Amino acid sequence: MTAALRFDPIRLPPKCEQLRKEVRAFLAEEIAAGTFDPHKPNREDTDVPEFSRKVGERGWLGMTWPKKYGGHERSFLERYVVTEEMRVANAPTRRFFVADRQSGPVLLKYAPEHIKMEILPRICKGEICFAIGMSEPNSGSDLFAAKTRATKTDGGYLINGTKIWTSSAHIADYMIAIFRTSPPTKENRRHGLTQFLVKMKQPGIQVNPIGQITGQYEFNEVVFTDYFVPDDHVLGEIDGAWKQATSELAYERSGPERFLETYYVLTELVRAVGNNPDTRSAEGIGRLVAQVHTMRRMSVSVAGMLQAGKEPVVEASIVKDIGTIWEQQLPHRVRELSAFVEETATNRETLEKQLDFAIKTAPKLTIQGGTTEVLRGIIARGLGLR
Amino acid sequence: MAESENIVAETAEKIFADLADAQTINHDKKGEWKAPLWQALTEAGLPLAWVPEDCGGSGASLAEGFSVLSAAGRFAVAVPLAETMLAGWLLAQAKIASPDGEMTVVPASPKDRITVNADGSLSGRARGVPFAKAAKHFAVLASDAKGRFSIALVDATKCRIEAGIGLGGDNSDTVTLDKVQPVTTKEAPKGFDQPRLMLMGGVARALQIAGALESMLEISVRYSNERVAFEKKISKFQAVQHNLARLAGESAAALAAATSAADAIANAETFNDEVFLEAVAAKIRCSEAAEKGGAIAHQVHGAIGFTIEHILHRYSLRALAWRDDFGSESYWAVELGKLVCIRGADELWPLVASR
Ligand SMILES: Cc1cc2nc3c(=O)[nH]c(=O)nc-3n(C[C@H](O)[C@H](O)[C@H](O)COP(=O)(O)OP(=O)(O)OC[C@H]3O[C@@H](n4cnc5c(N)ncnc54)[C@H](O)[C@@H]3O)c2cc1C
Repeated sequence: MTAALRFDPIRLPPKCEQLRKEVRAFLAEEIAAGTFDPHKPNREDTDVPEFSRKVGERGWLGMTWPKKYGGHERSFLERYVVTEEMRVANAPTRRFFVADRQSGPVLLKYAPEHIKMEILPRICKGEICFAIGMSEPNSGSDLFAAKTRATKTDGGYLINGTKIWTSSAHIADYMIAIFRTSPPTKENRRHGLTQFLVKMKQPGIQVNPIGQITGQYEFNEVVFTDYFVPDDHVLGEIDGAWKQATSELAYERSGPERFLETYYVLTELVRAVGNNPDTRSAEGIGRLVAQVHTMRRMSVSVAGMLQAGKEPVVEASIVKDIGTIWEQQLPHRVRELSAFVEETATNRETLEKQLDFAIKTAPKLTIQGGTTEVLRGIIARGLGLR
Repeated sequence: MAESENIVAETAEKIFADLADAQTINHDKKGEWKAPLWQALTEAGLPLAWVPEDCGGSGASLAEGFSVLSAAGRFAVAVPLAETMLAGWLLAQAKIASPDGEMTVVPASPKDRITVNADGSLSGRARGVPFAKAAKHFAVLASDAKGRFSIALVDATKCRIEAGIGLGGDNSDTVTLDKVQPVTTKEAPKGFDQPRLMLMGGVARALQIAGALESMLEISVRYSNERVAFEKKISKFQAVQHNLARLAGESAAALAAATSAADAIANAETFNDEVFLEAVAAKIRCSEAAEKGGAIAHQVHGAIGFTIEHILHRYSLRALAWRDDFGSESYWAVELGKLVCIRGADELWPLVASR
């Protein structure tokens, strides 16, 4: 077969179910204590550093990493359970999520030993926040058009240029960024970019907030002016970041966060409809649940592939493509069905507020982490079309 | 899938590859391919795969049987293999031995009812019964006035059959039982009811649809790499690539949903809400994928795929037709929606995340 796609029905082992209970109990406690409101989507203004530390204390950060770096040597499937429970509860994970999902694994693979020893345990404790510096004003989908320069100097590099759309840069302690260390070659236009570990909150780096249509401030412009990065903060191969950046993205693209960002409106719709739905509401809810169930089965299946040491690049891209389209459509489908909800539904106001926010959020879902069009290009390559 | 499933599935694949080549079948206007295919399947024990050996079958596991159905979907097999397997499985629930030859299941829609009369005869009408015309026997699920279910083996010649042709070109008939005395009747096991039968049939159809989508993806990719337009292979156009990527997504979603449901049923101890979710979601998601994916496969093929000479319709129309058997996705979506609402908002996520 040209395109043998496989999504084996991976089941979560019993120890995941035990863990799930622990996570739910912890979240219930935090909700009761007023740490966050489960009826409010995960927003930047609910950033709670204390919460990150508590999650770290529970051992739920760096779960799959080696113990010597503060990790817990647990499975991808266990990490999966923690991620999905936090996401569904709308827990304030923004502060630690990128470090745990993405930056930590990059450091594990490419950072020198002393940096790993210094930073990874702190990620595991929930003490530090990471940002990703890939996009630039004229380089988004076309990552390899990045121009921000890293010029060699004594003991390190001087950085000049601008990153943009950098989520959480305003609260981040570090950024993993790609900078241009030499021009692209004729044979390989992807050549010439290098990955660096950047310490934020230093002279020579300025973070300018950019407002979003939801009314939030989550991403930023980050301007570098003669900003110094020492030699030992180079991650991996000089001029070879393109290989590193593309494998990094496999982690970013298949997790439960890729179809659950607007899930809360579905729960709230079910609450509003009550236990005796009319036929149209029942059908609508049934179809939506069938979709989310299928997405989750696909996503768990990819987690199983990661656990087995595979690199499911195409499968992960498929999950992100159809997952983000699903979470983008969900608020609109729920809005249609909410037209049939009784005026007297006790959660009507909550549902309306959530819908308002989710509908405003929806446009970004198919852009962040690689656009639909770019993902389809990757899938097409996997199918042997390019 | 586990190693042991492969032998049965591989046998099926090999028979289909040898005797059910889509191109050959499509050109054979007289249907001469059918008899040798059925004979080979019978010799390999596949139609009665789910019947235990002491009931005359080959005693394959549920999982093995499901993998045969996936393969049958990939070849869009147009003989009553899935139907005979389901019928044998139904009869085996009541320890009724399966006869030789083609069978099908009655009813094939959750809305039709067959009733057991006081004298033990059966009455009722069932629409859209796949391959009823070709079947020698029916495996019937019937209920009496008190709502108790019985399973019966019925001689097809005792029933009135009005032939119909479904979307996919296969028989989809109306079967009327007018006080028909069955060959054998036995009480259904405790808890076995019509939704159970419909969901088993629904999962069979989900697997077949997913298989058909896999083939549609394969032949569409191949065609796009052959067809030249504007001096390029059409596979080099980004718009075509993106359509194929979407088809891959639909195919993958169908495959994931269907194999997960099959796995859930094969390993279930009880048929609880979680297994219900798996089965129903598979039928719904695969039916949606049949529509979206089939449309793309046709788009990529242009006019040639719309001709009767081309094999594409063998997959695309069957996938569309299979949506309607054993309860359409609309029907099951209502049932799933009701279940979710009765359990309540806070139980939705625990249901979804149950395995
Ligand atoms: C909420 C949010 C948070 C983000 N956070 C971060 C972050 O933390 N760090 C970071 O580095 N980036 C971040 N991004 C940026 C994101 O990765 C980019 O927006 C994305 O990669 C697209 O780039 P662009 O915005 O420059 O759009 P463009 O690349 O200009 O694309 C515009 C449109 O053209 C299409 N297009 C472009 N090229 C092609 C092509 N070859 N074929 C077909 N279509 C094409 C795109 O798909 C898109 O539809 C974030 C974005 C959002 C919305």
